[in-house]
Amino acid sequence: MKSELISRKYLIPPELSDRVFKIITAIAAFVVIALMVAFFVQLVWYSMPSIRQFGFKFIISTEWDPVKNVFGALPSIVGTLITTSIAVAIAVPISFIAAMFLVESAPPCIQIPVSYALDLLAAIPSIIFGMWGLFVFVPFMQDYIQPFLAETLHLKSLPVFGDVYNGFGFLTAGLILALMILPFICAVMRDVFKMVPAVLKESAFGAGATSWEVSMGITMKYGARGMLGAVFLGLGRAVGETMAVLFIIGNSQNLSYSLFSGGTTIAATLANNFAEADGIFMSSLFELGLILLAMSFCIQIVGQLWLNRVSRKMGER
Amino acid sequence: MKRRGIALRKTVDFVVKLLSIFFVTITIALMGWIIYIVIGKGVDALSWTFFIEPTAPYGVPDGGIANAVLGTVLITLGAAVIGVPTGILGGIYLSEFGSKSRFGDFIRFAANVMMGMPSIIVGLFVYAMLVYTTKHFSGVAGSVALAIIMFPVVLRTTEDMLSMVPNSLRESALALGMPRWKSIFYIIFRSAKDGLITGVLLAIARVSGETAPLLFTALWSDDWPTHFFTEPTANLTVTISEYATNSPFDVMHARAWSAALLITVIILVLNISCRLLFGKKRHG
Repeated sequence: MKSELISRKYLIPPELSDRVFKIITAIAAFVVIALMVAFFVQLVWYSMPSIRQFGFKFIISTEWDPVKNVFGALPSIVGTLITTSIAVAIAVPISFIAAMFLVESAPPCIQIPVSYALDLLAAIPSIIFGMWGLFVFVPFMQDYIQPFLAETLHLKSLPVFGDVYNGFGFLTAGLILALMILPFICAVMRDVFKMVPAVLKESAFGAGATSWEVSMGITMKYGARGMLGAVFLGLGRAVGETMAVLFIIGNSQNLSYSLFSGGTTIAATLANNFAEADGIFMSSLFELGLILLAMSFCIQIVGQLWLNRVSRKMGER
Repeated sequence: MKRRGIALRKTVDFVVKLLSIFFVTITIALMGWIIYIVIGKGVDALSWTFFIEPTAPYGVPDGGIANAVLGTVLITLGAAVIGVPTGILGGIYLSEFGSKSRFGDFIRFAANVMMGMPSIIVGLFVYAMLVYTTKHFSGVAGSVALAIIMFPVVLRTTEDMLSMVPNSLRESALALGMPRWKSIFYIIFRSAKDGLITGVLLAIARVSGETAPLLFTALWSDDWPTHFFTEPTANLTVTISEYATNSPFDVMHARAWSAALLITVIILVLNISCRLLFGKKRHG
């Protein structure tokens, strides 16, 4: 009775307005799904001419000739895989021990400002990394790091290196990507370290384990899925990064196995060629985009599944 | 655990600790290096005309970036106008109506996946949707692209912030006979205000530094952004990219650095002030 008295004040009965409101919010939430489906539909639609013309050969062909209108995606795909692998291989171990240090052994006067700085590092736009890379880091690689790796460490005889130093190329791009994804991976790993129940860690410490042993034996096992989720998050970020890579990769469509040589990635090819593309060239670029979309979609799904399972495990506790 | 000498185990632990300190230092030092370079090279070309003159065509020595600043502001505001209300409404659904439903879980999952989508794909998508069909690049297409990037971020932060509001508040509002929509906007939003503002500002900061999606949508121009809906629109990030890569002139590189300094300062100030003003907030 009472609620009836109060609800009289409203022009539209609350039951009705609430139902309308709920539908409106549900539609807004549904936009996420609609967008995701639209991404695939749109990109498949626009890459149809290229798919029809080149078929499966598109993925395995290294030919890239805008004059003859023949396109192959292999250099871009391989370049993406190489730079991403370098970035993840460097960033993941460093993030792991950095997160371990920050959570387990750093005093608050170090932990708080460093975590803060890492969060800010994650906020710096990728174009800044690109510019810094192009004007500062590329010359630095050329003058110091590449000669050091090749001469001092005598790696130049290996086919994956070489003795031509121009600073550009896969290795430089991979290093900058590593720096860019490190704060993201480290943030998730910090959370995983914090989520491990204190009792577990304390009993291991009580049994005489060192903090490295606790991290490897307890945290790694307890939060393995979270750690993998963190890796996939970083992977997803590295795979589609455009501006930082575009300036540094060297933009060459020739497939090369040397880490010192220039190459390209899917994102860099897209950004580099889009302005002058039309017809089948444009369609090929859309197909490249579709490949990138499929790659990051799979990475994200696997990563989110793992992260979700961890938080569910935490929720049950 | 295998039996190993205590000395060895302690050494391993010590070495790992040293390594971790070393790498943390390196990372922070690299970040310091980037900021140092951006500031050092950026202040050179800073002048009063830099902020009030529009960008000059190739080879012309003078010129500023005023049109690009205005363009970036317009594009980002446009993105906020499209992305923020939709994101907040979706977040309300997840937190207030769909927190336990399957549909809600599915949306939440999809939003997380969307947050990890490369921004260049979003650019490509909007190009196909708005630029290819209308036959012209435009500022509004840039806004739409940034809004798509922003939307899942705002949605998830809104949900997180709203679900931190204690249930007793919702119950008291309902007990007073308020419709739910009113209780959400007048009671729950008020108590989650700080978190919501932080989330929106951080999302804005994040998209304002995006370049790749704008390459495909807003492009850039040397004019003032007077035809926001029909023509390429000047913006800071693509201008930086153009000046840095496609130009042999040192003056243009210097201007690119100054523009880079400007965008970095804006983004870092937004980030730092959000964290200082509204306390500790987890990143998105």
